[in-house]
Amino acid sequence: MRRGPWWAFLLHRLSGVALAVFLPFHFLVLGLAVERAALDGVLDWTENPWVKLAEAGLVVLLALHLTGGLRLLLLEFGRWSDRQQSRIAVAGGLALLAGFGFLAAAFA
Amino acid sequence: MKRACHRLAETGYDEPVMAMLEVEIWRGGEDGAWRSYAVPHQANQTVLDVVTHVQRHIDPSLAYRFACRVGMCGSCAMTVNGRPRWTCRTHVSQAARKGRVRIGPLRNLPVIRDLAVDMAPFFEKWRDAEARFVPSKEPPEEPVRPDEPERRAADAGIECINCAVCYAACDSVAWNPDYPGPAVLNRLWTLVNDRRDGDRDGHLDAAGAGCHLCRSHQECADACPTGLNPTAAIAGLKREVFRRALSGGARGPRQ
Repeated sequence: MRRGPWWAFLLHRLSGVALAVFLPFHFLVLGLAVERAALDGVLDWTENPWVKLAEAGLVVLLALHLTGGLRLLLLEFGRWSDRQQSRIAVAGGLALLAGFGFLAAAFA
Repeated sequence: MKRACHRLAETGYDEPVMAMLEVEIWRGGEDGAWRSYAVPHQANQTVLDVVTHVQRHIDPSLAYRFACRVGMCGSCAMTVNGRPRWTCRTHVSQAARKGRVRIGPLRNLPVIRDLAVDMAPFFEKWRDAEARFVPSKEPPEEPVRPDEPERRAADAGIECINCAVCYAACDSVAWNPDYPGPAVLNRLWTLVNDRRDGDRDGHLDAAGAGCHLCRSHQECADACPTGLNPTAAIAGLKREVFRRALSGGARGPRQ
Protein backbone atom coordinates (compact mmCIF):
# COMPACT_ATOMS: atom_id res chain seq x y z
CA MET A 1 0.00 0.00 0.00
CA ARG A 2 2.91 2.36 -0.71
CA ARG A 3 1.88 5.72 -2.09
CA GLY A 4 3.46 8.39 -4.29
CA PRO A 5 5.90 9.93 -1.81
CA TRP A 6 7.30 6.51 -0.91
CA TRP A 7 7.95 5.64 -4.55
CA ALA A 8 9.41 9.09 -5.11
CA PHE A 9 11.84 8.37 -2.26
CA LEU A 10 12.75 4.95 -3.72
CA LEU A 11 13.35 6.32 -7.23
CA HIS A 12 15.45 9.15 -5.82
CA ARG A 13 17.56 6.74 -3.78
CA LEU A 14 17.98 4.21 -6.61
CA SER A 15 18.81 6.87 -9.20
CA GLY A 16 21.39 8.31 -6.79
CA VAL A 17 23.04 4.93 -6.28
CA ALA A 18 22.99 4.17 -10.02
CA LEU A 19 24.57 7.53 -10.83
CA ALA A 20 27.24 7.02 -8.17
CA VAL A 21 28.07 3.65 -9.75
CA PHE A 22 28.18 5.24 -13.22
CA LEU A 23 30.41 8.15 -12.21
CA PRO A 24 33.75 6.20 -12.07
CA PHE A 25 33.15 4.91 -15.62
CA HIS A 26 32.41 8.44 -16.75
CA PHE A 27 35.70 9.65 -15.27
CA LEU A 28 37.52 6.68 -16.82
CA VAL A 29 36.32 7.72 -20.29
CA LEU A 30 37.22 11.35 -19.56
CA GLY A 31 40.67 10.12 -18.54
CA LEU A 32 40.98 8.36 -21.91
CA ALA A 33 40.78 11.78 -23.59
CA VAL A 34 44.51 12.07 -22.85
CA GLU A 35 45.10 9.15 -25.21
CA ARG A 36 43.18 10.30 -28.28
CA ALA A 37 42.86 6.90 -29.99
CA ALA A 38 41.20 5.26 -27.02
CA LEU A 39 38.68 8.11 -26.65
CA ASP A 40 37.79 7.94 -30.35
CA GLY A 41 37.12 4.23 -29.89
CA VAL A 42 34.68 4.96 -27.06
CA LEU A 43 33.00 7.75 -29.01
CA ASP A 44 32.52 5.40 -31.99
CA TRP A 45 31.01 2.86 -29.63
CA THR A 46 28.48 5.44 -28.34
CA GLU A 47 27.14 5.83 -31.90
CA ASN A 48 25.53 2.40 -31.47
CA PRO A 49 21.74 2.94 -31.09
CA TRP A 50 21.59 0.59 -28.11
CA VAL A 51 24.21 2.66 -26.38
CA LYS A 52 22.20 5.78 -27.24
CA LEU A 53 19.19 4.12 -25.58
CA ALA A 54 21.26 3.37 -22.47
CA GLU A 55 22.43 6.98 -22.46
CA ALA A 56 18.81 8.11 -22.57
CA GLY A 57 18.32 5.97 -19.46
CA LEU A 58 21.20 7.81 -17.83
CA VAL A 59 19.67 11.15 -18.77
CA VAL A 60 16.38 10.06 -17.16
CA LEU A 61 18.22 8.98 -13.99
CA LEU A 62 20.09 12.27 -13.84
CA ALA A 63 16.95 14.33 -14.50
CA LEU A 64 14.98 12.24 -11.99
CA HIS A 65 17.60 12.83 -9.32
CA LEU A 66 17.72 16.53 -10.15
CA THR A 67 13.98 17.18 -10.14
CA GLY A 68 13.50 14.87 -7.15
CA GLY A 69 16.21 16.78 -5.29
CA LEU A 70 14.59 20.11 -6.12
CA ARG A 71 11.28 18.72 -4.88
CA LEU A 72 12.91 17.72 -1.59
CA LEU A 73 14.56 21.13 -1.19
CA LEU A 74 11.19 22.73 -1.78
CA LEU A 75 9.58 20.36 0.74
CA GLU A 76 12.18 20.91 3.45
CA PHE A 77 12.96 24.61 2.97
CA GLY A 78 9.74 25.98 1.52
CA ARG A 79 6.30 26.33 3.04
CA TRP A 80 4.44 23.07 3.38
CA SER A 81 2.05 22.33 0.53
CA ASP A 82 -0.57 19.60 0.47
CA ARG A 83 0.02 19.20 -3.26
CA GLN A 84 2.96 16.81 -2.86
CA GLN A 85 1.48 14.28 -5.29
CA SER A 86 1.26 16.93 -8.02
CA ARG A 87 4.87 17.96 -7.38
CA ILE A 88 5.98 14.34 -7.65
CA ALA A 89 4.08 14.01 -10.92
CA VAL A 90 5.73 17.16 -12.28
CA ALA A 91 9.20 15.99 -11.18
CA GLY A 92 8.73 12.57 -12.79
CA GLY A 93 7.16 14.07 -15.93
CA LEU A 94 10.06 16.50 -16.44
CA ALA A 95 12.57 13.66 -16.05
CA LEU A 96 10.81 11.54 -18.66
CA LEU A 97 10.57 14.56 -20.95
CA ALA A 98 14.35 15.04 -20.66
CA GLY A 99 14.87 11.39 -21.62
CA PHE A 100 12.61 11.61 -24.66
CA GLY A 101 14.21 14.92 -25.61
CA PHE A 102 17.62 13.25 -25.57
CA LEU A 103 16.33 10.37 -27.72
CA ALA A 104 14.74 12.78 -30.18
CA ALA A 105 18.02 14.69 -30.48
CA ALA A 106 20.08 11.49 -30.76
CA PHE A 107 18.02 9.95 -33.56
CA ALA A 108 17.09 13.15 -35.37
CA MET B 1 -19.68 -21.07 16.00
CA LYS B 2 -23.31 -21.37 14.93
CA ARG B 3 -24.37 -21.32 18.53
CA ALA B 4 -22.58 -18.03 19.06
CA CYS B 5 -24.25 -16.18 16.22
CA HIS B 6 -27.74 -17.54 15.54
CA ARG B 7 -29.26 -15.84 18.54
CA LEU B 8 -28.93 -12.09 18.36
CA ALA B 9 -29.49 -11.70 22.07
CA GLU B 10 -26.48 -13.88 22.73
CA THR B 11 -24.20 -11.70 20.66
CA GLY B 12 -25.34 -8.63 22.51
CA TYR B 13 -26.08 -6.78 19.28
CA ASP B 14 -29.39 -5.30 18.29
CA GLU B 15 -28.41 -5.06 14.61
CA PRO B 16 -29.24 -7.99 12.34
CA VAL B 17 -26.45 -10.36 11.36
CA MET B 18 -25.69 -9.74 7.67
CA ALA B 19 -23.12 -12.46 6.97
CA MET B 20 -20.16 -14.18 8.49
CA LEU B 21 -16.79 -12.50 8.39
CA GLU B 22 -13.58 -14.41 7.93
CA VAL B 23 -11.32 -12.98 10.59
CA GLU B 24 -7.66 -13.82 11.04
CA ILE B 25 -6.06 -12.70 14.29
CA TRP B 26 -2.42 -12.86 15.33
CA ARG B 27 -2.02 -15.18 18.31
CA GLY B 28 1.08 -15.47 20.46
CA GLY B 29 4.21 -13.34 20.67
CA GLU B 30 6.76 -12.46 17.97
CA ASP B 31 6.86 -16.14 16.93
CA GLY B 32 3.08 -16.54 16.96
CA ALA B 33 0.78 -17.40 14.06
CA TRP B 34 -2.46 -16.29 12.39
CA ARG B 35 -5.59 -18.04 13.57
CA SER B 36 -8.97 -17.91 11.83
CA TYR B 37 -12.31 -17.08 13.40
CA ALA B 38 -15.82 -16.72 12.00
CA VAL B 39 -17.54 -13.61 13.33
CA PRO B 40 -21.07 -12.42 12.48
CA HIS B 41 -20.93 -9.24 10.39
CA GLN B 42 -23.25 -6.47 11.56
CA ALA B 43 -24.12 -3.09 10.16
CA ASN B 44 -21.87 -0.32 11.53
CA GLN B 45 -19.59 -2.89 13.16
CA THR B 46 -16.12 -1.67 14.04
CA VAL B 47 -12.94 -3.74 13.95
CA LEU B 48 -12.80 -3.39 17.74
CA ASP B 49 -16.30 -4.92 17.90
CA VAL B 50 -14.93 -7.91 15.95
CA VAL B 51 -12.01 -8.37 18.33
CA THR B 52 -14.32 -8.00 21.33
CA HIS B 53 -16.69 -10.59 19.85
CA VAL B 54 -13.84 -13.08 19.50
CA GLN B 55 -12.68 -12.44 23.05
CA ARG B 56 -16.14 -12.64 24.62
CA HIS B 57 -17.71 -15.45 22.59
CA ILE B 58 -14.96 -17.58 21.08
CA ASP B 59 -11.66 -17.36 22.96
CA PRO B 60 -11.43 -15.44 26.24
CA SER B 61 -7.63 -15.79 26.26
CA LEU B 62 -7.26 -13.21 23.43
CA ALA B 63 -5.13 -10.29 24.62
CA TYR B 64 -5.86 -6.79 23.28
CA ARG B 65 -6.18 -3.23 24.55
CA PHE B 66 -8.95 -0.70 24.40
CA ALA B 67 -10.46 1.85 26.73
CA CYS B 68 -12.73 4.64 25.51
CA ARG B 69 -14.14 3.17 22.25
CA VAL B 70 -14.75 6.69 20.92
CA GLY B 71 -11.35 7.65 19.47
CA MET B 72 -10.06 9.66 22.41
CA CYS B 73 -7.66 7.44 24.35
CA GLY B 74 -5.44 5.97 21.65
CA SER B 75 -5.14 2.49 23.13
CA CYS B 76 -6.86 0.29 20.53
CA ALA B 77 -4.50 0.72 17.56
CA MET B 78 -3.86 -2.48 15.61
CA THR B 79 -2.81 -3.51 12.13
CA VAL B 80 -5.93 -4.14 10.05
CA ASN B 81 -5.40 -5.75 6.65
CA GLY B 82 -1.85 -4.44 6.62
CA ARG B 83 -2.65 -0.88 7.69
CA PRO B 84 -2.25 0.55 11.18
CA ARG B 85 -5.61 1.89 12.32
CA TRP B 86 -7.57 2.94 15.39
CA THR B 87 -9.89 -0.02 15.56
CA CYS B 88 -12.68 1.63 17.55
CA ARG B 89 -13.34 4.14 14.77
CA THR B 90 -12.65 1.83 11.82
CA HIS B 91 -15.74 0.21 10.40
CA VAL B 92 -15.38 -3.33 9.15
CA SER B 93 -16.99 -2.21 5.90
CA GLN B 94 -14.07 0.21 5.38
CA ALA B 95 -11.34 -2.25 6.19
CA ALA B 96 -12.58 -5.68 5.03
CA ARG B 97 -11.50 -7.02 1.68
CA LYS B 98 -13.93 -9.56 0.21
CA GLY B 99 -15.35 -10.26 3.64
CA ARG B 100 -11.92 -10.97 5.11
CA VAL B 101 -10.28 -9.06 7.91
CA ARG B 102 -6.77 -9.75 9.17
CA ILE B 103 -6.01 -8.13 12.52
CA GLY B 104 -2.49 -8.06 13.91
CA PRO B 105 -0.47 -6.15 16.48
CA LEU B 106 1.11 -2.78 15.61
CA ARG B 107 4.36 -2.86 13.65
CA ASN B 108 7.70 -1.47 14.96
CA LEU B 109 6.89 -2.35 18.59
CA PRO B 110 7.63 -5.58 20.48
CA VAL B 111 4.63 -7.91 20.63
CA ILE B 112 3.71 -8.93 24.16
CA ARG B 113 0.95 -11.32 23.20
CA ASP B 114 -1.71 -11.46 20.49
CA LEU B 115 -2.78 -7.88 19.71
CA ALA B 116 -1.05 -6.22 22.67
CA VAL B 117 2.30 -4.57 21.94
CA ASP B 118 4.81 -3.13 24.38
CA MET B 119 4.39 0.64 23.99
CA ALA B 120 7.46 1.37 26.15
CA PRO B 121 9.92 2.13 23.27
CA PHE B 122 7.39 4.59 21.83
CA PHE B 123 7.02 6.50 25.09
CA GLU B 124 10.71 6.22 25.99
CA LYS B 125 11.59 8.13 22.81
CA TRP B 126 8.99 10.71 23.82
CA ARG B 127 10.64 10.99 27.24
CA ASP B 128 14.20 11.07 25.87
CA ALA B 129 13.35 14.00 23.59
CA GLU B 130 11.75 15.78 26.57
CA ALA B 131 8.88 16.53 24.23
CA ARG B 132 6.83 18.33 26.83
CA PHE B 133 5.83 21.87 27.63
CA VAL B 134 8.44 23.88 29.56
CA PRO B 135 6.78 26.91 31.19
CA SER B 136 8.61 30.17 30.51
CA LYS B 137 9.69 32.26 33.50
CA GLU B 138 7.90 35.31 32.12
CA PRO B 139 4.55 35.39 30.34
CA PRO B 140 4.81 36.25 26.61
CA GLU B 141 5.16 40.00 26.08
CA GLU B 142 2.44 40.00 23.42
CA PRO B 143 -0.75 38.11 24.22
CA VAL B 144 -1.06 34.87 22.23
CA ARG B 145 -3.77 35.34 19.61
CA PRO B 146 -5.55 32.21 18.32
CA ASP B 147 -5.14 33.34 14.70
CA GLU B 148 -1.44 34.24 14.75
CA PRO B 149 0.78 32.05 12.51
CA GLU B 150 2.74 30.38 15.33
CA ARG B 151 -0.42 29.49 17.21
CA ARG B 152 -2.02 28.10 14.06
CA ALA B 153 1.09 25.97 13.43
CA ALA B 154 0.97 24.66 16.99
CA ASP B 155 -2.77 24.03 16.86
CA ALA B 156 -2.41 22.04 13.63
CA GLY B 157 -0.53 19.30 15.45
CA ILE B 158 -2.00 19.36 18.90
CA GLU B 159 -4.76 16.75 18.70
CA CYS B 160 -2.38 13.77 18.95
CA ILE B 161 -3.83 10.89 21.00
CA ASN B 162 -0.53 8.96 21.32
CA CYS B 163 -1.95 5.88 19.61
CA ALA B 164 1.36 5.04 17.82
CA VAL B 165 -0.41 4.47 14.50
CA CYS B 166 2.07 6.83 12.79
CA TYR B 167 4.96 5.08 14.54
CA ALA B 168 3.77 1.74 13.15
CA ALA B 169 3.21 3.17 9.67
CA CYS B 170 6.69 4.72 9.43
CA ASP B 171 9.44 2.98 7.46
CA SER B 172 12.09 5.32 8.85
CA VAL B 173 11.24 3.94 12.30
CA ALA B 174 11.50 0.40 10.94
CA TRP B 175 14.86 1.12 9.29
CA ASN B 176 16.53 3.08 12.08
CA PRO B 177 15.90 2.33 15.75
CA ASP B 178 17.35 5.74 16.70
CA TYR B 179 14.67 7.65 14.78
CA PRO B 180 12.30 9.24 17.31
CA GLY B 181 9.28 8.75 15.07
CA PRO B 182 6.55 11.05 13.75
CA ALA B 183 4.58 11.50 16.99
CA VAL B 184 7.50 12.80 19.07
CA LEU B 185 8.69 15.17 16.34
CA ASN B 186 5.15 16.41 15.74
CA ARG B 187 4.89 17.20 19.46
CA LEU B 188 8.25 19.02 19.40
CA TRP B 189 6.99 21.13 16.48
CA THR B 190 3.91 22.19 18.46
CA LEU B 191 6.22 23.24 21.34
CA VAL B 192 8.61 25.10 19.03
CA ASN B 193 5.63 27.13 17.83
CA ASP B 194 4.19 27.69 21.30
CA ARG B 195 5.25 31.18 22.41
CA ARG B 196 4.42 30.34 26.03
CA ASP B 197 7.07 27.61 26.02
CA GLY B 198 10.37 28.62 27.62
CA ASP B 199 12.77 26.23 25.88
CA ARG B 200 12.35 26.63 22.13
CA ASP B 201 16.08 26.12 21.48
CA GLY B 202 16.12 23.03 23.68
CA HIS B 203 13.26 21.52 21.70
CA LEU B 204 15.06 22.29 18.42
CA ASP B 205 18.25 20.69 19.73
CA ALA B 206 16.26 17.62 20.79
CA ALA B 207 14.80 17.38 17.28
CA GLY B 208 18.11 18.13 15.59
CA ALA B 209 19.64 14.69 15.34
CA GLY B 210 16.44 12.82 14.68
CA CYS B 211 14.32 14.96 12.39
CA HIS B 212 16.71 14.62 9.44
CA LEU B 213 16.15 10.85 9.44
CA CYS B 214 12.62 11.48 8.14
CA ARG B 215 12.44 10.50 4.46
CA SER B 216 9.14 12.31 3.85
CA HIS B 217 7.29 9.15 2.87
CA GLN B 218 4.15 10.72 4.39
CA GLU B 219 2.95 7.32 5.57
CA CYS B 220 2.34 8.89 8.99
CA ALA B 221 0.12 11.61 7.55
CA ASP B 222 -1.83 9.04 5.53
CA ALA B 223 -2.33 6.83 8.56
CA CYS B 224 -2.97 9.42 11.32
CA PRO B 225 -6.51 8.76 12.58
CA THR B 226 -7.00 12.33 13.80
CA GLY B 227 -5.86 13.76 10.48
CA LEU B 228 -2.60 15.34 11.65
CA ASN B 229 0.32 15.77 9.28
CA PRO B 230 3.55 14.87 11.09
CA THR B 231 5.50 15.04 7.80
CA ALA B 232 4.67 18.73 7.50
CA ALA B 233 5.63 19.24 11.15
CA ILE B 234 8.96 17.47 10.63
CA ALA B 235 9.64 19.53 7.50
CA GLY B 236 9.14 22.61 9.68
CA LEU B 237 11.56 21.21 12.28
CA LYS B 238 14.18 20.49 9.61
CA ARG B 239 13.88 24.11 8.47
CA GLU B 240 14.17 25.62 11.96
CA VAL B 241 16.94 23.22 13.05
CA PHE B 242 18.89 24.20 9.93
CA ARG B 243 18.33 27.89 10.61
CA ARG B 244 19.56 27.43 14.17
CA ALA B 245 22.65 25.54 12.95
CA LEU B 246 23.41 28.36 10.49
CA SER B 247 23.25 30.90 13.30
CA GLY B 248 25.75 28.76 15.23
CA GLY B 249 23.38 27.99 18.07
CA ALA B 250 22.94 24.24 17.83
CA ARG B 251 24.19 22.32 20.85
CA GLY B 252 23.35 18.79 19.79
CA PRO B 253 20.76 16.63 21.54
CA ARG B 254 20.11 17.11 25.24
CA GLN B 255 21.74 14.52 27.47
